[in-house]
Amino acid sequence: METYTLIVLLLAATIRVATPLLLAALAGLFSERSGVIAIGLEGMMLGAAFAAAAVAAASGSVWLGLGAGIATAVALALLLAFAGVTHRGNQVVAGMAVNIMVAGLGPALALAWFNLGGQTPQLEGPGQRFLALTWPWADAARAAPFPGLIYAELLSGHNLVVYFAAALVPLSAWVLYRTRFGLRLRAVGENPQAVDTAGISVTRLRYQAVAISGVLCGVAGTYLSTAASSGFVRDMTAGKGYLALAALIFGKWRPYPTLGACLLFAFTDALATRLQGVALPLVGVIPVQFILALPYVLTVLLLAGFVGTAVAPKAIGVPYAKEK
Amino acid sequence: MSAPAKLPRWAELGLLPAVNLVAALLLSGVIIRLIGESPWAALKLMADGAFGSQEAVGYTLYYATNFIFTGLAVAVAYHAGLFNIGAEGQAYIGGLGTGLVCLWLGAWPFWLVLPVAILAGAVFGAGWAFIPGWLQARRGSHIVITTIMFNFIASAVMTWLLVNVLIKPGQQSPESREFAAATFMPGLHTLLGKVGLSFTATPLNLAFLLALAASFLVWLLVWRTRWGYALRVAGQNPAAAVYAGILPPRVTIAAMLLSGALAGSLGLNELMGAQHRILLDFPGGAGFVGIAVALMGRNHPVGIFFAAVLFGALMQGGSQLSFDMPRVNRDMVVVIQGLVILFCGALENVFRVPLAALLARFRGGKEEA
Repeated sequence: METYTLIVLLLAATIRVATPLLLAALAGLFSERSGVIAIGLEGMMLGAAFAAAAVAAASGSVWLGLGAGIATAVALALLLAFAGVTHRGNQVVAGMAVNIMVAGLGPALALAWFNLGGQTPQLEGPGQRFLALTWPWADAARAAPFPGLIYAELLSGHNLVVYFAAALVPLSAWVLYRTRFGLRLRAVGENPQAVDTAGISVTRLRYQAVAISGVLCGVAGTYLSTAASSGFVRDMTAGKGYLALAALIFGKWRPYPTLGACLLFAFTDALATRLQGVALPLVGVIPVQFILALPYVLTVLLLAGFVGTAVAPKAIGVPYAKEK
Repeated sequence: MSAPAKLPRWAELGLLPAVNLVAALLLSGVIIRLIGESPWAALKLMADGAFGSQEAVGYTLYYATNFIFTGLAVAVAYHAGLFNIGAEGQAYIGGLGTGLVCLWLGAWPFWLVLPVAILAGAVFGAGWAFIPGWLQARRGSHIVITTIMFNFIASAVMTWLLVNVLIKPGQQSPESREFAAATFMPGLHTLLGKVGLSFTATPLNLAFLLALAASFLVWLLVWRTRWGYALRVAGQNPAAAVYAGILPPRVTIAAMLLSGALAGSLGLNELMGAQHRILLDFPGGAGFVGIAVALMGRNHPVGIFFAAVLFGALMQGGSQLSFDMPRVNRDMVVVIQGLVILFCGALENVFRVPLAALLARFRGGKEEA
């Protein structure tokens, strides 16, 4: 295959891998900017992936699946807020608890309900899955590789969720920086006392932020089980929640840089798939594992202050006590 | 209720964890009911599977050994005010050290291999924990995030090593060759046999006694030495620690080294004692179970021992359960682990406040809430 086609296909794969990552990272953005650590992204996503696939399989409607996915992730988000905001428990512990619990609960319920060894039934057809949309003339455009192939592969040929995720970036930026809610949200993550003094409920704001993160994780999980694949399998998030957390940190808790980080991390993933066993000039075969570990290494380097600096929201992880 | 409600010591160490455990088990029972099985029958099957025979007890304690190591690892870091989520990766890399020693020193007698293997596991595990510890102490990088990242990096490194370097030639699955028999950790049944006691052959091995020894040493170190005092002060109040002449960054690094060394000892049980080779993902989530064990055991070696046995029993009883109740599989055990972490760790204040109020009332309202 010629280089140009290869690059376009690589970028198309990047977009597909980046979508759930971006949704989860934006979910983390809302949660962490309000001062609640988002360790639970992985669990919320996995729970949504299971619920979406189970309901889509049982009802035959992917939209009902999406609703179930969002409802499940929001329920888990509220549990996190109940533990970490209302009862001032350790938010990291709460997140880990949800991640571990859901990792077991999905396959356990799947086995009991569908009896397929911890999976959900194969989703088939357009009704049960989010399928790629083909834009007008996309197939005809392939005849002229430039710019036709870019149109056909990068703009067209994705499912609804991908476009939704893309639209969410400017929307999040607008909400965060241009609305009263966003201002308060950022304030409550930096200085909850000040927000409280202004007569605004810290608890209420944090619940709202965590609920939003639940909604977005719900969409991300639904994407995994009904768009990226056709059904739920054990551990299907495979650390994507943690990777999204890394992308959020790498993007310095801001929407557009977070998008950049997600694309970068997704690109390394797509590249690793492409480079499996391929010998490159000068360096030879690069082990896939090292390319896959790159996002984690980069994030550690960033946190260490060796590549730029990332300053977390000041009040992150600190439960707010009114009386203090 | 400004400060977390105060409980008397016995309630803090015994009653509260028990109440939390009961809550977690009750919710698990609801889930099993939802699945369509009887929770009571499941509980009986699990208890029987975990303690019903010598074999069952052997397996339970063998699993518990892993959890004692990782539970101690999480607890030591916790006393220094650090949340070490990286025990999984530290156990993985530490086991590599132990495994390499067993692969290389196969010709040595066991009593010479053992100290080298212990040291290698500890050094490798501590080395893997050192980087996040150093980054936290010197560069202010959040240790929760860096240890999570290091779990993934450890997994990538180990996969690469097993697939490309350590794999036994002419074999498909990414595993090293088997260790020489001389380096096997002696089974507890053999040791008991030498003193004239008979015990069914199980994977339970000498590493269990090493884990108990490690528990005692941790107790000695954390509660009975100047170093341990510095550790706890720095963990509870870094500002006060500075006034007392303690250097919190140095404590952070030292605590992570000890934590990593403890997690790294998992290989002694899992690889030297049971698997006898290095294989993919041998910690199998024990690093995360360690969080639950430490939380439930109130970060004290005695509590950690009981919590580790409980989780060992869940592991062993869970496999028995999945055997007898086909609709309930081992994933149910993972659910229970998650619920225990939830109730003992994140939701502990839910029961603490009413318990404190209740106990205060019994004492004639002497303790104001």
